Amino acid sequence: MARQSLRSPLGRAIGLGSAKHGADHWWAQRVSAVALILLGLWFAASLIAHAGADHGAVVAWLRNPITAILMLLLVATTFYHAALGLQVVIEDYVHSEWLKVSSLVAMWLISMGLAVAGIFAVLRIAFGG
Amino acid sequence: MTPVERPLSPFLIYKPQLTSVLSFSNRAAGVALAVGTIFLVWWLVAAATGERAFATAQWFFGSWLGLLLLLGWTLAFFFHLLNGVRHLFWDVGMGFDLRTTYASGWAVVAGSFALTVLAFAAGVAMRG
Repeated sequence: MARQSLRSPLGRAIGLGSAKHGADHWWAQRVSAVALILLGLWFAASLIAHAGADHGAVVAWLRNPITAILMLLLVATTFYHAALGLQVVIEDYVHSEWLKVSSLVAMWLISMGLAVAGIFAVLRIAFGG
Repeated sequence: MTPVERPLSPFLIYKPQLTSVLSFSNRAAGVALAVGTIFLVWWLVAAATGERAFATAQWFFGSWLGLLLLLGWTLAFFFHLLNGVRHLFWDVGMGFDLRTTYASGWAVVAGSFALTVLAFAAGVAMRG
């Protein structure tokens, strides 16, 4: 009897096995979520503490190295987590193939662009530009 | 001739339940927060640009529209955070039975509103 294989005939013909990356998206979403529990609560508390604060007070707060580091982590993690989430939403609800792919490309480019803008702003304040 | 009984989509035959409503709301809150990140970047860039740009941003967040948006994002933030923790417990295989699922669901709803009220009260108090 021929050896039974769990692989589909197409999969065998193409010859590309599992890339072992099937759970990467899922895992990245969870790791960034755990980071955002802490960073998010810190940010919410900071915003409350600076409610109605003027420019000088907010800049002085962002110049503190600990604040700057946490804010950089917050911006980077937030946009990563948001893009991973929006990706699933687009994949679930956009059914036209070309519209889905172009939405995904646009969403990732906009997310990364906004992240870099936010990071640059924090660095500029932190280094006193 | 009687029409063929075709299967219906789940959202047409199921009554809204806490579990499904919270599941969808978690996604909706996530999308709302993603939109909010644009305003976070605006606020940071304004702070980096200078006093005038920052004053414009602060004016917007202090306007009725800005405050309404902040209220919505605060609720979305606490809900997404608490429900996200609920999801993390499920991810490690805890709290899956129906009783716990409903209890944690109601706890998330109550906690989200309570933390939103608390956060806004604290913000108003800080503003003086």
